Amino acid sequence: MQLVLEKRAERSNTIALISPLIAIGLTIVTMVILFAILGKNPLLALHAYFIAPLTDGYSLQEIAVKATPLVMIAIGLSLCYLANAWNIGAEGQFLIGAVAGSWIAVKTQGTDVGPWVLPAMLVLAAAAGALYALIPAICKVKFGASEILTSLMLVYVADLFLDYLVRGPWRDPHGFNFPTTAEFDPIATVPLLIEGGRLHLGAMIALLVVAAVAILLGRTIKGFEIRVVGAAPRAARFGGFNANQLVILTFAISGALAGFAGIIEVAGPVGHLQPGISPGYGFTAIIVAFLGRLNPLGILIAGLFVALTFIGGEQAQIAMKIPLDVTKVFQGILLFYVLACDSLILYRFKLVFPNRQVTRGAG
Amino acid sequence: MELVEAIILAVLAASTPLLIAATGELVTERSGVLNLGVEGMMIVGAACGFAGAWLTGSTFIGALFGIVAGTLVSLIFALMTLGLAVNQVATGLALTILGIGLSGLIGAGFVGERITPAVHLAIPGLTEIPLIGRVLFGEDGFVYFSVALIVGVWWFLHRTRAGLILRACGDNHVSAHALGYPVLRIRTFAVMFGGACAGLAGAYLPLAYTPFFIPGMTAGRGWIALALVVFSSWRPGRLVVGAYLFGAVTILQLHAQGWGVGIPSQFMSALPYLATVIVLVLLSRARTGGSSAPAALGTVFVPDR
Repeated sequence: MQLVLEKRAERSNTIALISPLIAIGLTIVTMVILFAILGKNPLLALHAYFIAPLTDGYSLQEIAVKATPLVMIAIGLSLCYLANAWNIGAEGQFLIGAVAGSWIAVKTQGTDVGPWVLPAMLVLAAAAGALYALIPAICKVKFGASEILTSLMLVYVADLFLDYLVRGPWRDPHGFNFPTTAEFDPIATVPLLIEGGRLHLGAMIALLVVAAVAILLGRTIKGFEIRVVGAAPRAARFGGFNANQLVILTFAISGALAGFAGIIEVAGPVGHLQPGISPGYGFTAIIVAFLGRLNPLGILIAGLFVALTFIGGEQAQIAMKIPLDVTKVFQGILLFYVLACDSLILYRFKLVFPNRQVTRGAG
Repeated sequence: MELVEAIILAVLAASTPLLIAATGELVTERSGVLNLGVEGMMIVGAACGFAGAWLTGSTFIGALFGIVAGTLVSLIFALMTLGLAVNQVATGLALTILGIGLSGLIGAGFVGERITPAVHLAIPGLTEIPLIGRVLFGEDGFVYFSVALIVGVWWFLHRTRAGLILRACGDNHVSAHALGYPVLRIRTFAVMFGGACAGLAGAYLPLAYTPFFIPGMTAGRGWIALALVVFSSWRPGRLVVGAYLFGAVTILQLHAQGWGVGIPSQFMSALPYLATVIVLVLLSRARTGGSSAPAALGTVFVPDR
């Protein structure tokens, strides 16, 4: 007796709907086991992770703040992945966007400039992120170099470049030698939505991005081309779609969104440029993109859910001394289960009895 | 003279983890599976390797821990991509994210601890030869093993029937299946071999390179190993050249920082990563007409029954 995969005649829509829920359920079961191994009360830990952050206003705002960059980056990545272009360097594009936008903030510091500063920062950050993402895209299209490896290598380069700037030319002279720029002027920061709270304008922008990409994918020819090139490359060739052009386009959009997220993070919740502005947003966004099944609305929900695990992880660390790395393990396992469950949309399990088959063949 | 010897020794030490991890990935990719989780398997190998050596006091047991850990993690990948026919790129990324988290959990208790680093070979009379003595006869066991490993893999892939079958699976899994070869089983072994090598390469870092464990100490070496496999055009001989070239770039930038060249250290540190990008572009560009990659690399295979 053997368990094998068998291709379904057509994709199962029921499983497509419930698969993320199965994945989350399986992840929670796995986490309970992991908490038990770590010697923590699994119920209390789950409460700290998933319930506690939802019970107070501050944490709720914080979830939205964390979800903002995740959703923005993941939306861009989903376009790439739909077109079968593998941008995994969003972390680098995020950092470069943060650096480029900060350049204006740092250079205009203390001067009496107009309200054009923040819009200029946002535009420059998006442009820089897009240009940075175009490096691997062009290397792929022109020379056939693997975009997976080149985009990832550029993450390390961006990280070191940011490190150089805040330790060297841009360091705050009054910062006690800490590697950080001075706090941005109020005019160069993203305005808060709630006075005295944490929620900032970036969250609204993220919602607009979700809506815009939903329209792009569902209602425009370009969006159709992106989906066809990824799902059926041969059909796309017959249809005369230019796959290379779509690689460039999707990389540029995702780079721009990542760069945008970068400057919003720096000019919003952080308030200055420093190393470690991202707890791996660019990589976590990959999980968000898949958990949201590369669908804009799905990504919005997935982004909020993953942000919840970030906040829950911090609270679990404070309340129960559960290491922060558990959050990463959690996110990794979640991605595994999501991918595994997605496989059941196209395939189903089947038991085969090799002996019987042989007899039937012989008879 | 002393400096030249020191530089060669340092280059060998920096190249060895790259060579071991890339050798494993080469075999995996030759069987047609693209495992992007090398970084994740390496970092788990580093944490478990250190744990093993710290608990038992033995470098050898530490290395075994690394190998077993890397293999176990790679089995998750095999189950997903071979058992459930999941996209290999996405699974590899998931493996890296999981590996980084796992290694943080395992290694948390060991940060700040020290172990005795791996012993170096010492043959009286030979090791003292100036310039080449320590390079040839004074290395740690990992360095000799890595050379034996790549020679063994070359012999296996290109001189044995089993190696030919493995390459057949990587070039055309449908034909290999039609000839009656168990494609998925062969690929599973190839993935496990890749995991074992990545685990060992990771374990090398805290066992021999630096005698302590730091979270995230692989610092992208797994990704560089992946790039090296592309660089080598999937050939063991070129892989050796690539790994040592890369080690040399890493060490030279460190020395350049020491010599006080007026370039900020961050720019020098970025050099190995930039070099990877440039090399990938130059190589891909030079390859006109057909790629040397295994033809079925990264494609899902569900056998017809």
